[in-house]
Amino acid sequence: MIEGLLIGLSTAFSIQNLLMVIGGCLIGTFIGMLPGLGPMSIIAIMIPVAISMGDPSAALILLAGVYYGAIFGGSTSSILLNAPGVAGTVATAFDGYPMARKGQAGKALTIAAIASFCGGTIGAVLLMVFAPALSSVALLFHSAEYFALMVVGLSAIAAFAGTGQVAKAILMTLLGLIMATVGEGALFNMPRFTMGLMDLQSGFGFITLAMAMFALPEALFLVMNPARSASGEGSGEIKDLRITRAEAKAIAPVIGRQSLQGFFIGVLPGAGATIASFLGYAVERNLTKGAEQAEFGKGSIKGLAAPETANNAACTGSFVPLLTLGIPGSGTTAILLGALIALNVTPGPRLMIDEPQIFWAVIISMYIGNLVLLVLNLPLIPYIAKILSVPRTYLIPFILFFTLMGAYIGQNNATELLLLVGFGICATILRFADYPLAPLLIGFILGRMLEDNFSRSMQLYDGVSFILERPMTLGLLVIALILVLLPSYRARRAKARQKGVADGD
Amino acid sequence: MALDRWIALVILLICLTYAYTAFFTMDAGLPPFMQRNPIWPSTFPKLLSIGAIIAALAILLGLEKSTQDPSEADIDYTRLGQYKIGQALALLGLMVAYALLLRPAGFIFSTSGFLILGGVILGERKFHYLVPIAAAATFGVWYLVQEVLGIFLRPWPMFLGV
Repeated sequence: MIEGLLIGLSTAFSIQNLLMVIGGCLIGTFIGMLPGLGPMSIIAIMIPVAISMGDPSAALILLAGVYYGAIFGGSTSSILLNAPGVAGTVATAFDGYPMARKGQAGKALTIAAIASFCGGTIGAVLLMVFAPALSSVALLFHSAEYFALMVVGLSAIAAFAGTGQVAKAILMTLLGLIMATVGEGALFNMPRFTMGLMDLQSGFGFITLAMAMFALPEALFLVMNPARSASGEGSGEIKDLRITRAEAKAIAPVIGRQSLQGFFIGVLPGAGATIASFLGYAVERNLTKGAEQAEFGKGSIKGLAAPETANNAACTGSFVPLLTLGIPGSGTTAILLGALIALNVTPGPRLMIDEPQIFWAVIISMYIGNLVLLVLNLPLIPYIAKILSVPRTYLIPFILFFTLMGAYIGQNNATELLLLVGFGICATILRFADYPLAPLLIGFILGRMLEDNFSRSMQLYDGVSFILERPMTLGLLVIALILVLLPSYRARRAKARQKGVADGD
Repeated sequence: MALDRWIALVILLICLTYAYTAFFTMDAGLPPFMQRNPIWPSTFPKLLSIGAIIAALAILLGLEKSTQDPSEADIDYTRLGQYKIGQALALLGLMVAYALLLRPAGFIFSTSGFLILGGVILGERKFHYLVPIAAAATFGVWYLVQEVLGIFLRPWPMFLGV
C-alpha cells in the first residue's frame, strides 16, 4: 500500500495533474452552483474535454475534481437560495437556508465547507483501506460472477428507488439495457436493431444519452418554470465566516459519525449521496434531544453539518465499487465509468494491478481536491455567489449550447444532435411521470458488459448451467431476486398490518 | 389514465416490437456456424424483452401501488398550462435548427445565432449586451475546441470552402 501511495503521490503531484484538480474543483463549484445543474450534468458536459486529453489519470482527476466541486457548489446554492442544484444537497437546504435567512450565510457556508472537507477526507482514508481488500476478493470472480454481480447492482438500484417506484426503476433499467443492444456488439459481428440506419451502426453515444437524460430536461424545466431559477433575496451580502469553538465542538461528533455512515451508504449500489444525506440528517436529529432537536429545520448547525458530511463521504464511497468491481453505484459514477472506457481503461479488480498509478492518483487527488475546495473556496465564497445573479436569458441558452457541444464534439456527427433533442424530449416526458432516469443510464452503460459476461459464461458452460454449477453466481442471483421482490413484500405486509390481519410470521 | 401508465403503454408497444424482432426476424440471417453456439445475438435481447414486457405490464395494470404524494414531484404535469411551454418548444425547435445548420452554415454563424435567438426567445431585448456576449462566447469556444483540443469545427459556411 505504501508503494502504491508513493506512485499516486508522484502522479498526482505533477504540475499538470495539480492544475487539473484545481481547475476541476473551480469549474465544478461554479457550474454546480447554478440551480438545476447537478454533478451528473456537469461531468457529462466535461467528458469531451477529459477524453480529448488522452491521459486517463489526468482525465479521471479532472472529473473527480469536478464532482467534488459540483457537490460543494450545490450546497452553496442550497444555502444561499434554497435552490438545491443536486438531490444530494436537498437536506443541506433544510437548515442551511434558515441560517442564511438569519444572516448567518457566511457561517453556514463555512460549516458546509468544513463538513464537506472532513467527510471527503475521512471517506478517502476509508477508500484507501477498503478498496484494495475488496479488489483482491474480486480477483476471484469469473465472468459468471461478474454477470451475477451486475444483476445484483442493477436490482439494488431498482430496489432502493423508493416505494411505488420499483417497477418503474426496473422498467427503466431494462430499457437502458435494451438501448445498449442497438448497434454492433463485441462478440457478434452483426448489427442489431439498427433499422438499417448507418448512424446507429455503432450504437447510441453515451454522452448524448447522458446529456439528454439529465442536462436537457433540467434546462427545459428551468425554462418552463422560471421560479426554479429565481434568485433569493439578499444573497449578495456575505460576512462573518468564522465559527466559534463551542460550535466546532458541537459539530465534531456529528462529522465523525456521518463520515463513517455516509461512506458505507455510498458504497452500496444505488444508494449514493442523496440517501446518505437524508439518512444522516434523520439519524442526527434522532440523536439529539429537547431544545436542540426542535432547532432542526430552523437553522441548526448540526442539521447542516450532518447531510454535508454524509453526502461528501458517500461520494467518495461510491468510488469503491467503481474502482474495484467496475460497477458504478450511482449515475455520476456510471458517467465516470463511461469516460474511463472511452479512455481505454477498464475499471475493475485488475485496475490496481495493471494501472496502479491511475488508482492511487485518484485517491491522492481526492485529498488534494478536498484541500483545494477548502482553501480556495472559503475566501472566494462572496465572489462565487455573484454567479447566481447571471440572468436566465443568458444562462439557459448557454446551458443548452454546452449540452449540444458535448454531444457533437464526441462524435463529430450532426445526427447525434437530433438524437439528443429527441431523447431529451422523451426524458422530459418521463420526468413528468416520475420515472427515474438514472437507472436507464446505468443500465445502458452496463448493458454491453453485462451481455459480454453473460455470453462468455454461456459459451464456457455451453448453456445456462453456469448458474447452478457456480455457487457464488447462484447466491448472487438469489440476492438480486430478493432485492427486487423485497419492496413489494414489505409493502404488502404493511398493508396487511393496517387492515389488522396477522402477518403469519 | 394517469400519464405514467400511458407511458408504460407506449414502452410496452416498443418492447413488443423489440421482442418480435428478437424472436422472429433476427435469427433468419444467422450463419450456420453460429447456430451451433449456445448463445446467439438474439439470446440476450429475448431475455430483456420478456423482463421489460412484464415490468411495463406491472405498471400498466397498477400492480404496485404508489404511496408517494404526487405533489412531492419536482415538476407537476397537471400544471402544464401555467408553465412557459411555448418558450420550451421554441428552444427545442431552435436546437433542431442548430443541429441541421451547424455543418452547412458553419460554427460561427450557427452558434452565435443560436445564443442570440435563445436569449430573444427567453425575453432578452438588450441587443447591445446580447450580441457582443454571444459573439465573444462563440469565438472563445471555437478557439478552445479547434486550437486547444484540436477537434475540427468548420468555422465558416460551407460555400466559402474553408
